[in-house]
Amino acid sequence: MHTLGETRSRFLIRAWTAFVVLAIYLPIACGALAGLSKGRYFAFPVRVLSGEWWGKTWDSFEIHVLVQNSLLIALLVTVLSVLFAFFGALAFARYPWKGRRAFQRLLLLPIFFPQPVLGLALLLWFNALGISPTWKTAVVAHLVWIVPVVTLVIAIQVFSFDPVLEEAASDLGASRLFTLRTVTLPILWPGIWSGALFAFLLSWGNFPLSLYTAGADSTVPKWLYSKMVAGYTPMVPALGTMSTLAAAALLLAGGLIRILVRRRMR
Amino acid sequence: MAETLLSAPAPKLTPGLRAALPVLALLAAGFLAPLLTVAAYAFATPKSFDVFRSFTLENFAAIFDTNNTVWMSFAWALALAFACVVILLIVCYPIAYGLNRVFGRWSGLVSVLFVFPLFVSENVRLYGWVLFFIKNGVLDGALKWFGFPGGPELLYTPGITLFGMVYVYLPFMLFPMTLGIAMIPRDLVDAARDLGANRLMIWRAVELPLAMPGILIGALLTFVLSAGAVAESKILGGQSVITITQDIEAAFTYAQNWPLGSALALILVLIVSGLALAAMARLDLDKILGKR
Repeated sequence: MHTLGETRSRFLIRAWTAFVVLAIYLPIACGALAGLSKGRYFAFPVRVLSGEWWGKTWDSFEIHVLVQNSLLIALLVTVLSVLFAFFGALAFARYPWKGRRAFQRLLLLPIFFPQPVLGLALLLWFNALGISPTWKTAVVAHLVWIVPVVTLVIAIQVFSFDPVLEEAASDLGASRLFTLRTVTLPILWPGIWSGALFAFLLSWGNFPLSLYTAGADSTVPKWLYSKMVAGYTPMVPALGTMSTLAAAALLLAGGLIRILVRRRMR
Repeated sequence: MAETLLSAPAPKLTPGLRAALPVLALLAAGFLAPLLTVAAYAFATPKSFDVFRSFTLENFAAIFDTNNTVWMSFAWALALAFACVVILLIVCYPIAYGLNRVFGRWSGLVSVLFVFPLFVSENVRLYGWVLFFIKNGVLDGALKWFGFPGGPELLYTPGITLFGMVYVYLPFMLFPMTLGIAMIPRDLVDAARDLGANRLMIWRAVELPLAMPGILIGALLTFVLSAGAVAESKILGGQSVITITQDIEAAFTYAQNWPLGSALALILVLIVSGLALAAMARLDLDKILGKR
């Protein structure tokens, strides 16, 4: 079917993609290696591998507090942003209304905005309101950026959804709530699920917003940064790798649950 | 904005507006209000916290003072952002094309591989590159092990800062571009080929114009994000280049000069949002996100 030239360009595209994927994961692998090597300073080739720093990181009380903060923020952000974004996505994609195009553009602005500047702007605003920054203000900051992302993710699902189904349900006498529960939610569920995963993971890994808006409360990325700038210990790559692996496990579990649910629904 | 909507003389609440209200309220309180605060601070007395109580142009005068070198930071940030966009356009196009046309049933998996790094804090990934490039690091150590004199000194240069930006913002170019290329109907390409167009002509006259909305979004997004980037120059670049966000941050932290920092931020925001709004006005988001 394919000409010789086409076969060659397909091969080049595959090779280039493989190269870029490798480059993307190379630094993550370097971090994993540094976290697993023995001794205070990293040197390659690694002479002795050991779980010493993983153990120390795992047992550290300071790290436990960080992980709790990060988890708490990420869980709250997930729940709240899915609630906001569910309705936001309906406004974005489902209903024809006058302000829709303006709404779509307004929604994109926080995504098209440098996050460090957004964090500083929020810090000024909280200060003007007399609120001292804590992990709670960090939740608000994360929401400003993550709600638009989740709205887009759910909106893509809404676009593929035929509003006639909802109308049919209400014509047949179903109440608003009943329609929502039995028609709208089951159809939009894959988008909502992906949106929730995105929300959790983006909040878990967020650094620039937490840096300025979490005040004295530290999160995992914030702590890692402070140690990178001053006072490196191999706990930095060890914790970085643990956090990466946790995110990967969650993404994998989320994908599996989605596949299982889809099978059961058929 | 939400307040004005609610207090306006009983506007008719269409289902669309009602569904939009929670998000509108969030953006009013968490996005527009902070930006207005920044704008207000930008006109406050330098090195004070007299926001809303004083009005002066001194901060802007200080920025545009010929003795001030802060324009260098703007120039660096915008130049690096521009270079980053150009490199990403070239790096991502083949991959975005592949995701649509070459990888077939593997493209889902390949996409996940490109999405996943977004969930790892950028400083963790950038620090991995430090471990790779540093003296006695992975590159240097490996070269020495093979008997070479050791790796080149790449860290703490403007070039590595650019590399870090390209690395961090790659997904933000790739995915809009992939959506854009997905908008090219295959039959159109086939038709052009049947009519005798060669591959370059097809690319220029058919594929590129049709994929343009997605490519434009990707370029805009990566430009805006990298113009405001700071972690790359701090972690990889070793502050060999001071970007504008770093100046803003310094004004807010060490210098405790919030009005000056706000004035700088305001200029950056005007550049960035001007670009974003100009480009977005020309896009049909319904079509890009796959409305049927």
